[in-house]
Amino acid sequence: MNALYCFAAGLVFGAGLILSGMTDPGKVIGFLDVAGNWDPSLAFVMAGAILVGFFAFRAAGRRGRTFLGGALHLPTRRDIDLRLLGGAAVFGIGWGLAGFCPGPALVSFASGVDQAAVFVAAMLGGMLVYRAAERLR
Amino acid sequence: MTIDWSHFTPAMSLAGGALIGFAAAMLLLLSGRVAGISGIVGGLLAPHRGDVAWRLAFVAGLLAAPAAMLMLGEGRAPRIDAGYGTLVIAGLLVGAGTSYGSGCTSGHGVCGLSRLSPRSLAATVAFMAAGMLTVFVVRHLA
Repeated sequence: MNALYCFAAGLVFGAGLILSGMTDPGKVIGFLDVAGNWDPSLAFVMAGAILVGFFAFRAAGRRGRTFLGGALHLPTRRDIDLRLLGGAAVFGIGWGLAGFCPGPALVSFASGVDQAAVFVAAMLGGMLVYRAAERLR
Repeated sequence: MTIDWSHFTPAMSLAGGALIGFAAAMLLLLSGRVAGISGIVGGLLAPHRGDVAWRLAFVAGLLAAPAAMLMLGEGRAPRIDAGYGTLVIAGLLVGAGTSYGSGCTSGHGVCGLSRLSPRSLAATVAFMAAGMLTVFVVRHLA
């Protein structure tokens, strides 16, 4: 039953990405191009998502459990370190180069976009590189 | 700076964003999980017992979205300028960066900011700034 909820959440999430225009790298880069012909749409996507998300996380925090009585798996770390900022910056460079971040890339891959398939393969490669590097530490 | 009015879609983007927030709410309030795509996918690369099915189900839903939206008549062609070499480099950077930084646009940007996490705010500022700087270099300096 839980898998069904997760599937539905993924489906709605993907639909939101498509509807919002975030599966179009041109639109994402149009937002990041503040010095050029700027497309502010992505800020509206974030605003819409956070507006709904804020109340969801507040409700979850107050209940301390899910609506079905299950446990919440929330991040607990609060420190801001170099790994967080450096990792985010590296992610941002890749995001700016291609206009894809993980969610939209997966959705575009499923739409049959060749470039997204290449990006997703490389992205999984990057995640595996991280795991290999962590094992060597 | 000028506004690209021909591509600006405030209503559709706000509605799509709300749908994304609703999906994150569903995953959180029904399954207790945070909708961070890089984390969900990354967890599948180092699977733990009992922690795989929900991830696979969520990703399957994500992958089913284009077909569902196509049935509703929504299927715009994307604008992709990056060549294959750039896409490979970008993909590697996004995969490694989101792993080290513990999240992406959804995990830090949507869910993290929704729960007012200072850590996610710092990460979001960092990846937005890096993305803007990268686009500035590629479009206006190179």
